[in-house]
Amino acid sequence: MRAVLVDAGGTNIGSVRYALQRLGADAELTSDAARIRAASHVILPGVGAAGPGMRMLREAGLVDIIRGLTQPVLGVCLGMQLLCEWSEEANTECLGVIPATVRRFADIPGFRVPHMGWNGLRLTRCHPLVAGVREGDAAYFVHSYAVPDGDYSLAASEHGTPFAAVVAAGNFMGMQFHPERSGALGAQLLRNFLSL
Amino acid sequence: MLSRRIVPCLDVRDGQVVKGVRFRDHVVVGEIVELALRYRDEGADELVFYDITASPEGRRVDRDWVERVAREIDIPFCVAGGIRSVDDAREVLHAGADKVSINSPALERPALVGELADAFGVQCVVVGVDSLRDDDGEWHVRQYTGDPSRTRALRKPTLEWIDEVQQLGAGEIVLNCMGTDGVRRGYDIEQLKAARALSRVPLVASGGAGTPAHFVEVFREADVDAALAASVFHSGEIGIPALKKELRAQGIEVRL
Repeated sequence: MRAVLVDAGGTNIGSVRYALQRLGADAELTSDAARIRAASHVILPGVGAAGPGMRMLREAGLVDIIRGLTQPVLGVCLGMQLLCEWSEEANTECLGVIPATVRRFADIPGFRVPHMGWNGLRLTRCHPLVAGVREGDAAYFVHSYAVPDGDYSLAASEHGTPFAAVVAAGNFMGMQFHPERSGALGAQLLRNFLSL
Repeated sequence: MLSRRIVPCLDVRDGQVVKGVRFRDHVVVGEIVELALRYRDEGADELVFYDITASPEGRRVDRDWVERVAREIDIPFCVAGGIRSVDDAREVLHAGADKVSINSPALERPALVGELADAFGVQCVVVGVDSLRDDDGEWHVRQYTGDPSRTRALRKPTLEWIDEVQQLGAGEIVLNCMGTDGVRRGYDIEQLKAARALSRVPLVASGGAGTPAHFVEVFREADVDAALAASVFHSGEIGIPALKKELRAQGIEVRL
């Protein structure tokens, strides 16, 4: 196994890398197309906004590289949103490998945005990525934009409205929460990903 | 359903965790990573580290301990203290912090809040507000509270400042009610309710926790998203597992 973390200037790269190290896996941090193509597993982390996130991928020449990957690819938080088709955040065209759009949480009284904290997961589809996850297990979320629950969901959560927490479309997968900051559940999910 | 968060706060001075009463007379309570791991194991939902000397001394957070914490713990944590620029924040976030919290530097230069939000997204940007009720009966903001000799009372009303930072791009607000801090008679419900009424982003209560009933009260009465405390957790007077069990029994959603 040779996992890589795509370095496109996101800020939670360190945390994801440490989480993998706690599992005994060291992932190289790289923006090199050849190394990304040769990896067994590719993780696209991300904290920030969709516009700058896509711009950094374009400037690094990684848009078509990522679109063409056939090994397991995991987008985390903003990374998951970048795998989708389009984001309402600054009207951004994304990578388009997961057939979903990203929208801002609606203003609903009592539901604060950003959605910040631990929220329960509801399993919607069987998949090895969510093996061992129990109904109601909580993950740590921090985001203002979300993907609506849909056919691509493996697990959903709810914040005034249901939204996709874990998604998969072929070899492209995503987690809206931060597995690296979601305790034992997050470790299990990362282990599952590395076993694919 | 989103859980209410229990957040131990670790005031850091010279690389160690300290606690004072009413922001003064600090004593050492333990080593940073050791305490972080203990709280993680006990079920803390998030940790906040305040480098209480960084801002008054005009220096930045030493990033070495941030990285050590990030390597060890698997729950989110926020770092505060002396972050005055996008570069300062980037350094702390790159070291592995999930959020940065700014307080005195935001009062020095409010545009910093928006610059951080643009660079990293509002979800990374926490604004800490130190507040005290003055003789005129109104709550006003305090600056440089980490050092009593440099603490300044500002004319800016607390509620006005909370409204302003939200518009600038704060993704979360921590309201430190200095009048109730350290004396363990309960959170300042009146002030937190007033802050809640105008906060569209998550609001964190700080200052005054003494018993589990105080946590029940602040979630129920002031509808805050998280409650922060330090001394009651450091001393072991309130254990987080027992606290969460009590909150759940009272019908408050928590992560067990």
